[in-house]
Amino acid sequence: MRLLAPFLAVTLAGSALAQDSIKIAVIGPMAFVQGENHWAGAELAQEEINKAGGIAVGGKKAKVELVRVDSNEMQSVPDATNAMERALTRDKADFVIGGFRSEAALAMQEVAMDYKKLFLGCGAADAKLGANVAANYDRYKYWFRVTPLSAPGLGRTLFAVLGDIAGQIRRDMKKETPKVAILAEKVMWTEAIVQAAQANLPKMKMEVVGLWQPSPVATDVTAELAAIDRAGADMVFTVLSGPVGIVVGRQMGERKMKAIAFGINVEAQKDGFWSATAGKGGYVATLDTYAEVEMTPTTVAFVKTFKERFKKNPTYNAGTYDAINLLKNAIETAGSTDADKLVPVIEKMSYVGTGALLEFDKSHDPIWGIGKDTGIAVQWQNGQKVPFWPGQVKGMKPFKFPGGE
Amino acid sequence: MLQDILVTGLVNGGVYALLATGFSLIFGVARIVNIAHTAFYMMAAYCFYGLLVKVGLGVVPAAVLAVAAVTALSVVCYRLVIEPVRQHEAAVLISTIALALIFQEVMLLAFGGSFLGIPSAVEGVVTVAGVSIPYQRLLILVVAAAVLAAVWYLLYRTRLGLAIRATANDLEVANLMGMHVHRVAMATVAISVALAAIAGVAVAPVFVVDPFMWLAPLVTVLAIVVLGGLGSLKGSLIGALVIGYVEALTVFLLPKGAYLKGAVALSIMVVVLLARPEGLFGVAFEEER
Repeated sequence: MRLLAPFLAVTLAGSALAQDSIKIAVIGPMAFVQGENHWAGAELAQEEINKAGGIAVGGKKAKVELVRVDSNEMQSVPDATNAMERALTRDKADFVIGGFRSEAALAMQEVAMDYKKLFLGCGAADAKLGANVAANYDRYKYWFRVTPLSAPGLGRTLFAVLGDIAGQIRRDMKKETPKVAILAEKVMWTEAIVQAAQANLPKMKMEVVGLWQPSPVATDVTAELAAIDRAGADMVFTVLSGPVGIVVGRQMGERKMKAIAFGINVEAQKDGFWSATAGKGGYVATLDTYAEVEMTPTTVAFVKTFKERFKKNPTYNAGTYDAINLLKNAIETAGSTDADKLVPVIEKMSYVGTGALLEFDKSHDPIWGIGKDTGIAVQWQNGQKVPFWPGQVKGMKPFKFPGGE
Repeated sequence: MLQDILVTGLVNGGVYALLATGFSLIFGVARIVNIAHTAFYMMAAYCFYGLLVKVGLGVVPAAVLAVAAVTALSVVCYRLVIEPVRQHEAAVLISTIALALIFQEVMLLAFGGSFLGIPSAVEGVVTVAGVSIPYQRLLILVVAAAVLAAVWYLLYRTRLGLAIRATANDLEVANLMGMHVHRVAMATVAISVALAAIAGVAVAPVFVVDPFMWLAPLVTVLAIVVLGGLGSLKGSLIGALVIGYVEALTVFLLPKGAYLKGAVALSIMVVVLLARPEGLFGVAFEEER
């Protein structure tokens, strides 16, 4: 018995520690910028919460324990589901946050729902993730999308910004009907946005001169850009998440195209975009989430702290920070870590996040709205990512055209 | 639109020719299907990036060192991985796939999954028939032409070239005539990978450098060498131009189907395999040898 005592003490201490902590799996492509940001945002939240004593649950303070789970989803969707399975069974995570590729997030969502675990998405935009909740609430109610907006929400922001840029073209270039070329990679999440663009742009008095759909991993788009040039486009509406976003930025710069690129370009949201395009990515504009602008009362402080700590700007995947804090609020309100008790609390929650005021609709997607959740738009100007939309937010700067102001 | 197709197809065809030449050469003379060929091209691009951007060397020394380092690596890989199983084609195929995946994972560990950019060696754009072409792309065309000419000279005007062609023609007779066939094969591997490395260094400034950049060109290169005739250098050149033009036609005539340009190349490969398995110049190559 004396010999067993140290072993038992260690075991009991381990189980006591497990009871005193809340285990959150951060799942993402950890070898990539998206996964790095997932982890960085979560780490920041964990440090702040634990420093303040932890999460109050059942009259006790529980520390946040993070589990780093590499989904390898950039290369393999099956790897992502295996990683989720491992996080929930071997690592015994209480909650999961993260995910990036929609295809992988959908597969991981199934696994998390099988185990009835809360899965807070911080990367995938495909509408199907939320549609699952609306269609089969009992099974999918444990899924909430923290960031980004769902594809239709992103579409609303895109058209709002496009309308503003078109207005600037009409005013400055005296072109009543600006010509727009749609350049969208051929993957699942872009389909709804492309359809909406084709339907809405003519209603917004813009002419769609064509749709070009390269592969998300295309290394060369010279043929596409030559065709867009030939079509006389004033704007290139980009819907890109893969490395082709860098190629588009660089080759547009090399060709000195007069058309302006705006849309979603996930690579252009990253700090490394300027060097990846060898300094040719000027004037490329994209939707984004974070900048030192007052989107919410906590945005500027969060961005500054993040930059100070990690020496880089956060991407939207760092919304894991909000996911953990939202979870903390929900647990403290419900007084429980039981997912079934947390779901109705989160559904009714109005949470002031670092990039948006988060409220959820019946699909558990963030509700779109100026002053709630829209995201921001940024443009690369002289090696800097400059925020320009929504114009009424303090800290925004003017949008610029090639060769003009 | 015609001038767009003509110019874009030629420039892209030049890039592909540079990649396909080495792949075809190593099969033509050493009967090695080196799936890791484009992985060596990826390694050269990373090496060039490291020396140029991280170490701060000039363009020329960085390019020369990158090509030399990757060529040396290929010799080591040949001795350790390919030579022991060279008599078994399936084993060579599997070994080179494994090599490519090892290179990919090593680069992922070393540099992460971020997409990296390399500054152009020559800045600026020239307009030909109303089509803008960056100088760097023209440089690739020049490099492709020079490399093809150099390979031809090496094979047909030097003693090493004679030995390579003799070994390719009949390995046993070449062996009986006193040639060191293993050394000849090793030299061929080195030359072939040097070509891939030159392609990597030349092409990296117009592409994005990442650990998976070897996959897409591999598919295109396979389509080109099957079309041109596996082992035929002339076939590689013409196959590269055909695929370059087919891709340009796909994008210009079917903009919504731009993502299909790879699939179109693969479809051509399948059709050629069914209708004329030796490719456009396979027979001519046999006779040539």
